Amino acid sequence: MSPTLIQHALLLSLVLFAIGVVGVFLRRNVITVFMCVELMLNAVNLAFIAFSRAWGNLEGQVLVFFVLTVAAAEAAVGLAIIISIHRHKDTLDVDAFNIMKW
Amino acid sequence: MSLELFHAILFYAFAAAAVAAALVMVSQRNPTYSAFALIVTLVSLAGVFGLLGSTFIAVLQIVVYAGAIMVLFLFVLMLLNVRAEDRPPGGGRVFMLVAIALGAVLAGEVGSVLVAARTPLARPFDASARAVAHLLFEAQYLYVFEATSILILASLVGAIALAKRDPGP
Repeated sequence: MSPTLIQHALLLSLVLFAIGVVGVFLRRNVITVFMCVELMLNAVNLAFIAFSRAWGNLEGQVLVFFVLTVAAAEAAVGLAIIISIHRHKDTLDVDAFNIMKW
Repeated sequence: MSLELFHAILFYAFAAAAVAAALVMVSQRNPTYSAFALIVTLVSLAGVFGLLGSTFIAVLQIVVYAGAIMVLFLFVLMLLNVRAEDRPPGGGRVFMLVAIALGAVLAGEVGSVLVAARTPLARPFDASARAVAHLLFEAQYLYVFEATSILILASLVGAIALAKRDPGP
């Protein structure tokens, strides 16, 4: 491990985050959009881990632990909402999910 | 071959696999294929975490993310019998280019910050399960940890309430 490699880990996290953002813009299937959000969460986790390694500070690891927990809770509730909307609309297209629109 | 070089080769192999699988995930029409590509990304990232010295988080990543969360995703995909998107992504080529340009702008902004970030290398680095648990169950994070268990309970009840067939009386 060298400082260059940690810099490259940060750049990897940046690339993955950007891919996740583009996926949220591009994809029509709400589950794929949801998976892109998970990818963004993981990119942030990688940045936490890289900075934790760089500075020798374990608080980054603890924050990753909490991000994992929140991601698990988010996946459970989000997929339940998707199932419940799919039951009414019979589609997974994000454009059909406008029932919250005013 | 020195250990340093071996680590570097492994790191770039995992990084390339993660980026390639992420690109497949975003460009794929069929969400089931996207889910499998995301699993490849998550497992590659677990390898990167391990190389960065965070073995505990690497194991958590595989067990919780690639194991529990992605199985939940695949379960819902199979349950809803999802087919591939039959429309072109976004509102045609123009929208696609705008989306990629916005992603590039974001990458440029964050990248300029990250390149300027100082990345020293802390020599004594102990991220073993024992060291992480010691910090996690200290007074500073103990109540946050307890709060996450309430969060999990709330999301459990919420998921059942949202997904059950009968909306209630």
